[in-house]
Amino acid sequence: MRAGARAMAPLLPAVLAFGVSFGVLARAAGMGAVAPVVMSATTFAGSAQFAAASILGNAGTVAAAIVAAVLLNGRYAPMSVAAGPGFGGPTWRRLFTSQLIVDESWALAARGGGRFDVPYLLGAGLTLYPFWVGGTAIGVLAGDFVGDPERLGLDAAFPALFLALLAGQIEGRRGAAAALLGGVIAVALFPWAPAGVLIIVAAAACLIGLRR
Amino acid sequence: MSPVWTVVAAVGAATIAIKAVGPVGLAGRELPRPLAAVLALLAPAVLAALVVTQTAGDATRVLGVAAAAVAVLLRAPLLAVIVVAAVVSAGARALG
Repeated sequence: MRAGARAMAPLLPAVLAFGVSFGVLARAAGMGAVAPVVMSATTFAGSAQFAAASILGNAGTVAAAIVAAVLLNGRYAPMSVAAGPGFGGPTWRRLFTSQLIVDESWALAARGGGRFDVPYLLGAGLTLYPFWVGGTAIGVLAGDFVGDPERLGLDAAFPALFLALLAGQIEGRRGAAAALLGGVIAVALFPWAPAGVLIIVAAAACLIGLRR
Repeated sequence: MSPVWTVVAAVGAATIAIKAVGPVGLAGRELPRPLAAVLALLAPAVLAALVVTQTAGDATRVLGVAAAAVAVLLRAPLLAVIVVAAVVSAGARALG
């Protein structure tokens, strides 16, 4: 576990800054001061949290926010299954420790050939967690001093962030093709489909994964 | 429950369940390969759609996100990408 915690150390300033940005933007999107912090502590998955906050702030529906966030976190299912065999202890313990699976801790703990160093993953995740939640708390407090979000261009920060996260999520030609298809579907449906429907149809672009 | 808290509760519960599916639910079994391949492509598809829906509708926002795209191509850090988008949109609004 110590090794995982040490491996995480260089990433911590970025994680803290990411948490602060979530706090500021979620506050600006009208989520209040407490809900963003509770969300960071329970959901603990950056991109989905930003998606939910962004849709709520952009006059989207509750259903659209939930759908987008849950679909984004669908990627954790195969990651969780891949790392699963290494988790030990009683069910309640595995339920808690599995929550420390995030993109960073999972990637650091991968040992090739489908093997995972789970103590390493837990050390990395446990180190990351207080920085993510603490950063969010700092962000919502700082959000008190932020004036009109539109005047500051904060509404452009959300899609910019999704673009940056997208660049990190694309691995290989299939990832690029799924992104392209999802984007084209969104452009085609945007003028007339409600946001929740649009996200679901765009998410169906992932079905190209069925092609051999 | 308010809309915000409904989202926080629903997304939190779903995420906890998804993350636990390997260590608690499947206990060592594997996902069928086609399902794993499809789930791995969910995030790129949804993120691309979100870039479109959350950018559209305002010309200055489009400018900000275009500037952010350049920053992403230059491999700028995440925080720098966000700041570039906000500064360019805010600047365009102040001038516009």
